[in-house]
Amino acid sequence: MVKQEKEFVNRPDNTAFTQQRLPAWQPMLSAGIIIPGFVLIGLAFIGIGVALFVTSQSIQVLEVDYTGVEQSSPCFKCSDPDVKNCVCKMEFNIDSLFKGPVFFYYGLSNYFQNYRGYGVSKDPNQLSGDLDSFKVPSDSCAPYEYVGKTPIVPCGSVANSMFNDSFKLYQIVSGAKIQVTLDGKGIAWWTDYNVKYRNPSVTPLKNAFNGTVKPTFWSKPAYELDPTDPANNGFINQDFLVWMRRAALPNFRKLYRRITEGDYAKGLPAGNYSLEIAYNYPVLSFDGRKKNEFLGIAYLVIGSMCVVMSIVMLIVYAKFKFPEEE
Amino acid sequence: MHTHRQAPFFFLSVYSCFIFASCVSAEEERRVRANDREYNEKFQYASNCIMTSKYNIITFLPVNLFEQFQEVANTYFLFLLILQLIPQISSLSWFTTIVPLALVLTITAVKDATDDYFRHKSDNQVNNRQSQVLIRGLLQNEKWMNVRVGDIIKLENNQFVAADLLLLSSSEPHGLCYIETAELDGETNMKVRQSVSVTSELGDQNNLSSFNGEVVCEPPNNKLDRFCGTLYWRDKKYTLTNQNMLLRGCVLRNTEACYGLVIFAGPDTKLMQNSGRTKFKRTSIDRLMNTLVLWIFGFLVCMGVILAIGNAVWEREVGSLFQSYLPWDPPVDNFLFNAFLSFWSYVIILNTVVPISLYVSVEVIRLGHSYFINWDQHMFCSQCNTAAEARTTTLNEELGQVEYIFSDKTGTLTQNIMSFNKCSINGQTFGKCTLKHRHRLDFTPFNPLADLDFCFYDDTLLESVKVGDLHTQEFFRLLSLCHTVMSEEKSEGELVYKAQSPDEGALVTAARNFGFVFRSRTPGTISTTEMGRPATYTLLAILDFNNIRKRMSVIVRNAEGRIRLYCKGADTVLLERLHPCNQELTNITSDHLNEYAADGLRTLALAYRDLTEDEWEAWSESHRCADKATDCREDRLAAAYEQIEQDMMLLGATAIEDKLQEGVPETIAVLSLANIKIWVLTGDKQETAVNIGYSCKMLTDDMTEVFIISGHTVQSVRQELRSVSLTGRTAACPPSSWSTFALIINGHSLAHALEADMETEFLSTACACKAVICCRVTPLQKAQVVELIKKHKKAVTLAIGDGANDVSMIKSAHIGVGISGQEGIQAVLASDYSFSQFRFLQRLLLVHGRWSYLRMCRFLCYFFYKNFAFTMVHFWFGFFCGFSAQTVYDQYFITLYNIVYTSLPVLAMGIFDQDVPDHRSLEYPKLYEPGQLNLLFNKKEFFICIAQGIYTSVVLFFVPYAVLSDASQSNGVPLADYQTFAVTTATALVIVVSVQIALDTGFWTVINHVCVWGSLGSYFTIMFALHSQSLFRIFPNQFHFVGHAQSTLLQPVVWLTIALATAICIVPVLAFRFLKLDLKPQLSDTLVRQKKRKPVGRSVGGAWRGTGSVSEGRLGARGGSRRSGYAFAHQEGFGELITSGKNMRLSSMALASFASRHSSGWIDTLRRKKHTSAHTECVLCFSGDILRNGEDVDCSKTHYELGFNGE
Repeated sequence: MVKQEKEFVNRPDNTAFTQQRLPAWQPMLSAGIIIPGFVLIGLAFIGIGVALFVTSQSIQVLEVDYTGVEQSSPCFKCSDPDVKNCVCKMEFNIDSLFKGPVFFYYGLSNYFQNYRGYGVSKDPNQLSGDLDSFKVPSDSCAPYEYVGKTPIVPCGSVANSMFNDSFKLYQIVSGAKIQVTLDGKGIAWWTDYNVKYRNPSVTPLKNAFNGTVKPTFWSKPAYELDPTDPANNGFINQDFLVWMRRAALPNFRKLYRRITEGDYAKGLPAGNYSLEIAYNYPVLSFDGRKKNEFLGIAYLVIGSMCVVMSIVMLIVYAKFKFPEEE
Repeated sequence: MHTHRQAPFFFLSVYSCFIFASCVSAEEERRVRANDREYNEKFQYASNCIMTSKYNIITFLPVNLFEQFQEVANTYFLFLLILQLIPQISSLSWFTTIVPLALVLTITAVKDATDDYFRHKSDNQVNNRQSQVLIRGLLQNEKWMNVRVGDIIKLENNQFVAADLLLLSSSEPHGLCYIETAELDGETNMKVRQSVSVTSELGDQNNLSSFNGEVVCEPPNNKLDRFCGTLYWRDKKYTLTNQNMLLRGCVLRNTEACYGLVIFAGPDTKLMQNSGRTKFKRTSIDRLMNTLVLWIFGFLVCMGVILAIGNAVWEREVGSLFQSYLPWDPPVDNFLFNAFLSFWSYVIILNTVVPISLYVSVEVIRLGHSYFINWDQHMFCSQCNTAAEARTTTLNEELGQVEYIFSDKTGTLTQNIMSFNKCSINGQTFGKCTLKHRHRLDFTPFNPLADLDFCFYDDTLLESVKVGDLHTQEFFRLLSLCHTVMSEEKSEGELVYKAQSPDEGALVTAARNFGFVFRSRTPGTISTTEMGRPATYTLLAILDFNNIRKRMSVIVRNAEGRIRLYCKGADTVLLERLHPCNQELTNITSDHLNEYAADGLRTLALAYRDLTEDEWEAWSESHRCADKATDCREDRLAAAYEQIEQDMMLLGATAIEDKLQEGVPETIAVLSLANIKIWVLTGDKQETAVNIGYSCKMLTDDMTEVFIISGHTVQSVRQELRSVSLTGRTAACPPSSWSTFALIINGHSLAHALEADMETEFLSTACACKAVICCRVTPLQKAQVVELIKKHKKAVTLAIGDGANDVSMIKSAHIGVGISGQEGIQAVLASDYSFSQFRFLQRLLLVHGRWSYLRMCRFLCYFFYKNFAFTMVHFWFGFFCGFSAQTVYDQYFITLYNIVYTSLPVLAMGIFDQDVPDHRSLEYPKLYEPGQLNLLFNKKEFFICIAQGIYTSVVLFFVPYAVLSDASQSNGVPLADYQTFAVTTATALVIVVSVQIALDTGFWTVINHVCVWGSLGSYFTIMFALHSQSLFRIFPNQFHFVGHAQSTLLQPVVWLTIALATAICIVPVLAFRFLKLDLKPQLSDTLVRQKKRKPVGRSVGGAWRGTGSVSEGRLGARGGSRRSGYAFAHQEGFGELITSGKNMRLSSMALASFASRHSSGWIDTLRRKKHTSAHTECVLCFSGDILRNGEDVDCSKTHYELGFNGE
């Protein structure tokens, strides 16, 4: 008996695994599964597409281009980068009620926030409130690292190029201007505001910035970005956070304000409006255009794509049926 | 107990086995003085310590890394890593490359370390073996590694030789000793070595310790069969040859003890000099892969150039205007230089089209397949207790593409066992295997001396012997007398025959079982036991066998004094020499012979002739004259033999079965159905080879023609070849006729056919034939034939063999298979796969090879696809980010995509996938064809994969682009920011490629489920972990994507985008596959469908079991060509050895050695014999054949007891 066992010492184990006999499921592309599957997916996509299309139809968009390239534009005078503190007004008209909540975006086109060299030009440690990095900013910020030997805070291209036009919206009711309250709270990402960006825990905030200079393009230092709300300053200023979140594509919109308060919480009624723009951001130098979009996103793309796909699937279905009958 | 099998598994091509410790400047000659260590130390010869290990603890890291970076792939990735360290170029963090690179290097290093550990262990074991060294007149135990050149060491029986020794003296007469060289050259037979006569007299230790001869010889080399040197001693010169040497690796046999002088030690020994680097074999997929990788590099450079040009244009047109926001780096002050840097940045980003994990994954898959081969129970042979072994792990998929098999015959197709199968005695045939006598005959009650292993089924023959039929008795008497077999009787009745050809052994054993027992022989007598009564015959003459005569005879005088000549030989020559009165019997016997031959049996005809005293005297005189002649002795002897072998009386005929290995005809049939061409290359004779060709159904009688090429000159061979191709062409003209041809070519003709001007002609002719048999070929020619096919046919070749003579062929074929059987381990050591039965070849190829190929192809297709889908997104993004080499994804995603998120599902598919179950591939050999035609992965398939990958990348970029650029969250925050885009694209990518692998996986085992779902799960888990706040708090500098996983994946728009992208990517693929399946189904698809409809029982190989009776149903075509031959493996010259008595001692030695394998007491046996039955001991003098140094040997000097000369 012992001998017999010894004889088969080298016999491989007889397990399903070693003998490649594991129980397995062998899926088949059979017509019974594929064709109904295609129909189902097609129908589902058409359904979603229609729903999205309907939704997107209900979204109203108004775009106002205030670049001021054309001479006729009220902002033409401001488009000269030598003109400082220029304010221009754009008048526009709304035919029907813009249902609330209404979002107020600014947009830039042909602006490359996704340029690699631009994107890395910041110091995450500095922006998370690390005071050591205030004195010695990261090399990645170059060339916006120092002015002379004084460190720039916040350093780097991204911060330096922060969008600094400001807007005021008025409804013109029988010649009188009624200001529409713009709400700038919570326009940034929750994690950006609460986790990623932090002011140094120094009060007053101004003291933390001793021995540093503001970015060269900025008119105000970081701790004075919002004079109306002391809590909305430094690195957790909402507008700053919105800017620091880089856009993926060269044409982008960023949220400027919401209209959620006061008389206009339900929406913007039809009528004439005037947009007052403090035109600070130089654009002509790079042939960019900026436009002000009110609202609008079209999900139609998805819907139409789904429709197209379902048509493709119908054709496929018809094709499949033929050889199956043979 | 589990014995450790040291399987040489290798990942990358780090394949060298040995490095040698000493590399002294080329030694021109070696001087060694015995017993003089001081003198010898001057030369700094290598010590006997061997080191096959490559590393020690300190050198491991640097040496191993150095070796690994010799791999082009590794160096390439190192280069990328260096590029990434340049901040202006670095578009990706350095860890995206270093993590996978470190992983790859670590896996390889761990494997190398494990291999080396075992080498260390075996080195230590060998180096610490004990040997007895003669130091200052005393024998001292020393470890092998401490043995020095110039030492005299003592070897005892069955010990391994410790170094290359010059044999000085031995316990045997004339300084003879016997060695077995199986480890060295794979030959298991015993070889004899002899010391130079002057030293053989030295005898004991005292004399030896004062021996101070000096040897001058050639430097270390690897020629096993050659040694030249000179011994200078006492002002005399003695020539030394290989005959005086004992090489390391040999085992001393049948010799009590011997003394040797160490000439070469350790790494200088011939054994170590021979174990060089193994040639690294690559598969055709490997080569294709390398080509494709080069193309991809080209593609990568093209993309880099396009993007760099784009960058130049962009920087000039846009970027320069833009500098206030997007400043150029200070060191970069113009757009052209920027574009140049951008090129390298893109090379870094896009390098994932050739991922570092490709090579490792391929090796892992092959390793898995190798284990499946090792584990396969269907390739386990319970008789020899060996499982199949994949000794090379890098060739598996090539097993699925084999087109030509080159097979050895003996030991591969056949078992090299001959069995007495049938006979015809006096016109009556015996041995028909009918259903009536199925049971084996039991000889023991009738004959106590019978060999128990002998099988015979026909009891009528036994009855005939028992009733005393004279013809039958004479028939077996002939078999018991007419042969050159030596016998050894260890104890009463326990006979062991030592035959020099297995045919003879079978015949004598048959006679033994039927009551005519050959007991022993002396030079002049043969003792037998006939029907229980002892009988002694005087052996008057042996008329020896040779190739021309094809017969042998003995002339004996029986106890009554009657002289009779017994002759056995090939029927063709023997039937011509019969007395005319045999005519009728000849006709009947001829019919029987035809019958036997048709069954593939090896036949012999037997005859006798009575001689009167006068006839004998007269012939004896003429024979003596011929024997003494100095010129043309051979011819004269032949004439003398011819003279007496006349007018013989026919006794009958024998038929011996050259036993095929189990399942050989079936295997060959299946393999030819799989369109694999099988060529038999054998060193055997034409007749034998043809016979085997018939019995394993390679040749059949319904073949149109079997061409034989046996010309000796260039012209005749060319002419024969031309006539073959001419006949072939004319016969093949009506295409309807199913004409098949076979080609048989002899070694000497092959030598001409393989010459440059004729090889194409030979090749085209040979390839037109259904079967090709090359006989009498040398090992080198075997390799040449393989090379010829490799060179001209571009086909995958496989060589299978079991002997040392097959090594060259095994090494030169794409795949070498060794049969681990009787003939030593040399072939196995050289092979890539080894198992013990030829029939396992069909499973190795049709099941394992086919699956491996299928899996590897599916794996590669998917692998290239997923990397193109992944990488090309960066390319499209380049057009929207100013060609700034901004990556689309998070850098961690890039790091982990290939090694974590998508590696396991495709590995699981590559290892476990099956399209049809194993028994189906054996039932339908046609399933093997896609591999031979290279259909599943070729350049076309590659481009399809690439196109699919690029299409996917377009979808993956532009769908999120189109959707997200205008999308916003419900609270109005736009989704077009970079990080959302990155997470959306990455998630869509992982989902799309997971769905794709789910579609590609045809065989969902638990492991596949775990891998696919696990990978998806790991993606989300790791992403959430990397985007978590806790990680960000620790490293705010590294994790920019904090909080993104939640916020992005909570957006329905993101999921709608992903679903949309997945649908756009997968739906066309599904549609295409479904259409293809319906419009152009493959055989395997059909089989899978059939299986679905009608499940078949799990009878593995059932179909062929059914037809397994091919070999039994021997009732093949009758009246075919008669194929007979005499004692095919026979050599001439043995008759003379017997009558001279020269080999008596040797053969009894050889016999004893067989016993000594089991019981070590052979010396005791021998000693006992020396004392008790000394009179049977003959001769201690060897013929010049064996002793090359004949001039030094003087038989009379023998001072060994009882030595007397047989002549």
